[in-house]
Amino acid sequence: MGKYLLRRLAINVILVAIAASLAYMLAATTMNPRAAYEGRQPPVPEATIDATLNEYNLNDKVPVIQRYATWAGGVITGDFGKTWNGGSVNAEAGRRIMVSLRLMLIGTLLGFAVGVAVGAWSAVRQYKLSDRLTGVLSFVIMAIPVFVLATLLAIATYNLNQGVGHTLIEYTGEYNPKLAGWDQFVNRLNHLILPTISLSLGLIAYYSRIQRNMMLDVLNQDFVRTAMAKGLRRRTALIKHALRTALIPVATYFAFAFGTMFTGAIFTESIFSWHGMGAWLVDSIHQNDVNSVAAVTFFTAVCVLGAAFLSDVLVAALDPRVRVN
Amino acid sequence: MRSKVVLRRLLRNKQARYGFIALLVLVLLAYVGPYFGNYDWTDKDFLAFMSAPDADHWWGTTSIGQDMYAITLRGMQKSIIIGLLVALISTGLAAIVGAFAGYFGGWVDKMLMWGVDLLLVLPSFLIISIISPQLGQGASWLWFVVLLAAFSWMITSRVVRSMTLAIREREYVLAAVYMGIPRWKIIFRHIVPNLSSLLIIDATLNVSGAIIGEAALSFFGFGIQPPDVSLGTLIADGSRNATGYPWLFAFPAGLLVALVLSVNMIGDGLRDALDPGSNS
Repeated sequence: MGKYLLRRLAINVILVAIAASLAYMLAATTMNPRAAYEGRQPPVPEATIDATLNEYNLNDKVPVIQRYATWAGGVITGDFGKTWNGGSVNAEAGRRIMVSLRLMLIGTLLGFAVGVAVGAWSAVRQYKLSDRLTGVLSFVIMAIPVFVLATLLAIATYNLNQGVGHTLIEYTGEYNPKLAGWDQFVNRLNHLILPTISLSLGLIAYYSRIQRNMMLDVLNQDFVRTAMAKGLRRRTALIKHALRTALIPVATYFAFAFGTMFTGAIFTESIFSWHGMGAWLVDSIHQNDVNSVAAVTFFTAVCVLGAAFLSDVLVAALDPRVRVN
Repeated sequence: MRSKVVLRRLLRNKQARYGFIALLVLVLLAYVGPYFGNYDWTDKDFLAFMSAPDADHWWGTTSIGQDMYAITLRGMQKSIIIGLLVALISTGLAAIVGAFAGYFGGWVDKMLMWGVDLLLVLPSFLIISIISPQLGQGASWLWFVVLLAAFSWMITSRVVRSMTLAIREREYVLAAVYMGIPRWKIIFRHIVPNLSSLLIIDATLNVSGAIIGEAALSFFGFGIQPPDVSLGTLIADGSRNATGYPWLFAFPAGLLVALVLSVNMIGDGLRDALDPGSNS
């Protein structure tokens, strides 16, 4: 087991290194951070631009190999370099990860809990009206891309606010910095409503389909019948025996979603103006921010591989058959 | 004949039937609809900026006086073509890579699967976003198709590989081996055709995946570049003014959802018809 884990860790480290290096090379050769300084009024002398870009390790006159070596040397010691305007990438990443986390924690948990509940419930009521209704609904929701859904929610809220006459539900930003204490906490929650809905609706639809199928597989098996035969109430048998077994596959999906939560939600963050990791990816590409692009790639790769590992561990913990093999 | 059985099952499937009808209507709308409109998609009506839907401009006009009806249908044409091409390329790639990895095994398998892992780790959104605006004019959307396809085949190729491992030991494959048929011919003649159910379902679902992927990248300006339009660029433009000028957003977004929904319905129906044992 120890040998397997070590091998897996080594492969993952190599994959992360290659992914981040490729992203750096691609960004460094195609992006032009100089553009941000060249068009200014009054014009900045070229020597000044060069000096600034050199300081940030972004000068396109320096050979790309040399820039890569400087960058890689920094990354090994835990320093991801400077953003296009001289800020620290590490500080920016730390701040944005927390924003993404505040945004996504509730949405991910809510999506999982409600999705599993809806899926299990519609499996128990198979082919009844409620089952068909949730089936059609989740099918339709899965066909709506998140940027359409988020925009629809924003329009609806705008009209609702217009109708009510004051801002009932906030639809942009993370919080109102003018408020303090309890008021600000409530304000933060208010700002969370729309992004959470747009994040969790898709998850609910997706998880409920998987959970329904798994539950249907389990419901007709002998151990559930045995549980009821030995006198357990139907509810207890369904929840303690059937649901618990049927949770395993969904739990692995959940572990994956939980691990990649730190990488943020590109569309939800951009549309609702939250400055998290997902929005950073889009911003850094628009701003020709080479080091940030590489840092986001590095971080995403670490999260994806960590999440894959987490979901494997979870399967082993939940399913004794996997552990034996 | 199996194909007849499958076809009959497919036609009896209500979901698939509605999906086919909806898709047919949408494709007809995209390709025949423009001939009935009053304007061409390149026309600009300088007397009507941001005008609401009326008898002349059926779906309203944009901020530079383009006719929404003409331009939305033009965008839908592009989205449909992109979806089909991406699905074709990525499913083909998945079949070839998966079958070769599974059949040859050894270092070929290791190298190919390692490449799959690497592509899964690379953030596709970021790489396509950096490359595609650099492609310039002309045939750039074809390169965009290639990029989208290059990042959407990996998971299927893993499934294909594991299924190939099972088929490799079947009698008919062994018989072909003993007859001295070259290995690449065995792959294309005996292994890939036996995976056709999986590949057909995968290709169908890839169409809707690609349409959404294109729209998602175009939403941030990383996909189809102006003056060319797609449903994604139209939705992006429309969502900026969606509260005041809802027709700019409603028509492209509605058509996108309808398109994806009908393709998904066909895909689900196909799965039921080709693979009755599955309940997903």
